[in-house]
Amino acid sequence: MVGIRTHDLRKVYNSAPPLAAGGTFAFSTARGKKAPKNEIVALNGLSLNISSGEIFGLLGPNGAGKSTTVGILTTRVRPTEGQAWIGEHEVWREQVAVKRLIGVVAQRPNLDFSLTAREILLFHGAYFGLDSRARAERADELLDRFKLRERAEQMVRGFSGGMMHRLSIARAMMHDPQILFLDEPSAGLDPQTRLLLWEIIREYNQRGKTILLTTHNLEEADALCQRLAIIDHGRNIAMGTPSELKASVPGGFVLRLRFGRQSPELLQRLQGLAGVREVRAHEVASSAGKRGADAGLSDINSIDVYADRGGSLISEIANLASAASVELCDVHISEPSLENLFLHHTGRSMRE
Amino acid sequence: MNWKTFLALLGRDAHVARRNFIPLLLQTFLQPMMFVFIFGRVMVSSGYMPAAYKSLLLPGIMAISMVFTGVWAVAMPLIAEFQFTREIEDRLLAPIEISWLAIEKVIFGTLQALVAGLAVIPMAWLLLRPVEFNLHSPLSFAFVTLLVALFSSCGGLALGCSVDQAHIGLMFSMVLTPMIFFGCTYYPWSALAHFPILQKIVLVNPLVYASEGLRGTLVPQFPHLSLLAVLVALTLFDVALLGVGLRQFHSKAVS
Ligand SMILES: Nc1ncnc2c1ncn2[C@@H]1O[C@H](COP(=O)(O)OP(=O)(O)OP(=O)(O)O)[C@@H](O)[C@H]1O
Ligand SMILES: [Mg+2]
Repeated sequence: MVGIRTHDLRKVYNSAPPLAAGGTFAFSTARGKKAPKNEIVALNGLSLNISSGEIFGLLGPNGAGKSTTVGILTTRVRPTEGQAWIGEHEVWREQVAVKRLIGVVAQRPNLDFSLTAREILLFHGAYFGLDSRARAERADELLDRFKLRERAEQMVRGFSGGMMHRLSIARAMMHDPQILFLDEPSAGLDPQTRLLLWEIIREYNQRGKTILLTTHNLEEADALCQRLAIIDHGRNIAMGTPSELKASVPGGFVLRLRFGRQSPELLQRLQGLAGVREVRAHEVASSAGKRGADAGLSDINSIDVYADRGGSLISEIANLASAASVELCDVHISEPSLENLFLHHTGRSMRE
Repeated sequence: MNWKTFLALLGRDAHVARRNFIPLLLQTFLQPMMFVFIFGRVMVSSGYMPAAYKSLLLPGIMAISMVFTGVWAVAMPLIAEFQFTREIEDRLLAPIEISWLAIEKVIFGTLQALVAGLAVIPMAWLLLRPVEFNLHSPLSFAFVTLLVALFSSCGGLALGCSVDQAHIGLMFSMVLTPMIFFGCTYYPWSALAHFPILQKIVLVNPLVYASEGLRGTLVPQFPHLSLLAVLVALTLFDVALLGVGLRQFHSKAVS
C-alpha cells in the first residue's frame, strides 16, 4: 500500500524567448542589464497528502499546474523546490524505486510508433522484468479489456486518438503498478468508452491501488474521485471529498420543492428559515403548456430554495407546509456543483 | 543497474532494426559501395589514379561508413523520439536510471557501426581485387575499430540530443560533411604537408584519428599518424562525447 505526499512543491520553467520575438535584439539594446528571463511559475508551494488506496483528483483550469504535478511525481519533471514522496521514496532521489511503483498515462499520447499495439504492451512488460508468459497473458487480457483485440497486430501510427489513448492506459496498467497516474484520462473518449474507463478505474482501485487523476471535468471528478484537490495558479486552494468541498460553499445547496398549491405566505415563511439564502417561485410548465394560466394548473407550484444546508431543512419545510395546510408533493436536493466551488474559492468561473 | 530492463531496451531496438532491415541495409552499404566502385574501380582502371590508391582509400571509406552509420543510428531515432510525440517517454519510465537508456543507444549504435565498418572489407575485396591488406596486429586493429565505432555512436548521442528536427539537414551539411572532407579519409594526413596551417587545424577533427588509425593498422605501408597518438586521441574524444551526450540527454529527458 503506497501513498503520495508532496511538500511545498515549486516549479519554475525557464523557457528561452524565441528568436522571432526579438530575443537576440533584446541583448544589444538592453546593455548592462541581464537578458530578460522568461520564467513561468507552474507550481507555487503545492502540498498534497494522498493516502494509499484512494482515487484522488486534481481539478483545475488549463495551466493550473496539474500536469506539472504529475510530471514531478513521476520523475519526469525536476522540482525547483520542495519534495515529493511515493510511499517512502523521495521521488527525485530514488527514481528507480519510484518508477517500479507507478504507471503513468500522460496527457499527450506518447506511444512507441515503431511498434504494434501488442508489442507496445509486451515490451513495456519486458522493461518491468515480466517473463514472457506473464507478459503475453497480461497483454491479451488488457487488449480485450480495452477493446483493442482486432487492432492488436497493427502499427499504432494508424490508430485514432481515442484508440491511442486507450492503449496508453492499458500500457500503464501492464506491470500492475501500485499507483496509477492518469493525466486527463477521459479527454477525447466517446461517452461509452468514458464509462468503460470509469469502470476500469474503479475496479483497479478496488484491488487496493492508489489512483491519481487530473481533470477539468467537474462531473468526472465528482463521479470518480474519493477526494479532490482544487489547483489554481500552482496552489492548492481547496481539498476534501467532493461533498465536503461542495458543502464548504455557502448557499451551495438547491432544494427543489413542489407544493400542492400556491401560497405567498408559505413563501415568506421559507425565506425566514435558518440557512436559506434565496427563495424563487416559478410555475411548472405542465403538459398543458400554454393553458398554465387556467385555475386548474396554477395550484401546482414549484419553488427553488437556495440554502447552505440540504437534508436538514426538509423537516422544517415539511412542518411549515403542514402549518399552512399546503401539501408538499415532491422534494429534490441537488448538492452544490464543483463549478460553484471554484467560483467561490477563486472568484472566477473555471471556464474564464 | 538492472539487467533485465537493459536487455529489454536493447531487445526493443533490435526488434525495430529487424523490422527496418532492408532500408537499414541500403542506407548502410549503398554509399560505401558506390565510393569503392567509383574511386577504387572506375578511377583506377581508367588510369586516373594509381592502383595503390585502392588500398589507401579503403580505411577512409571504412571510417566514413562507420561514422555515418553510428551517428545516424543513434541521432536520428533520438531526434524523432524526443519530438512532440515523446515516443521515448515509456522507456524513460522503465525502472532503470535514465543514463542507461542513453548508454543502451550508444551500445546499439556501436554494434551497427562495427557491422557497417567491417562489412566494407569483404565488399572492397570483392570489388577491388587485388587490395593489399597488411593486418600485422589484429589486436590493435580491433581496438582502433572499436574506438572508432564508439566515437561515432557517442557523437550520435551528443548530436541527437542537441539538434532538433528542423536542423537535421544543417547537422549533416555543417558538421558531418566538413568532418569527412577534412578527416583524412580520401588522403593520408601527411598529404596535407603543403598546407601546414590546415594540417594543424584538422587535428581537432576526430575523424582524422579514425582514418589514420585504421590506415595504420590495416594498410601500414602508407604514411599514417602514430598509433599511440590515435589511441589517446580517440579515447579522449569518446569520453568527452559520451560526457556531453549524457548531459544533453538528461536535459532533454527531464524538464
Ligand atoms: N516544458 C515546459 N516548459 C515551459 N513551460 C511549461 C512546460 N510545461 C508546462 N509549462 C507551463 O507551466 C504551466 C502549468 O502547466 P501544466 O501543463 O502543468 O498545466 P495543466 O494544469 O496540466 O493544464 P491543462 O489543463 O491545460 O493540461 C503553464 O503555464 C505551462 O505553460
Ligand atoms: Mg495538463
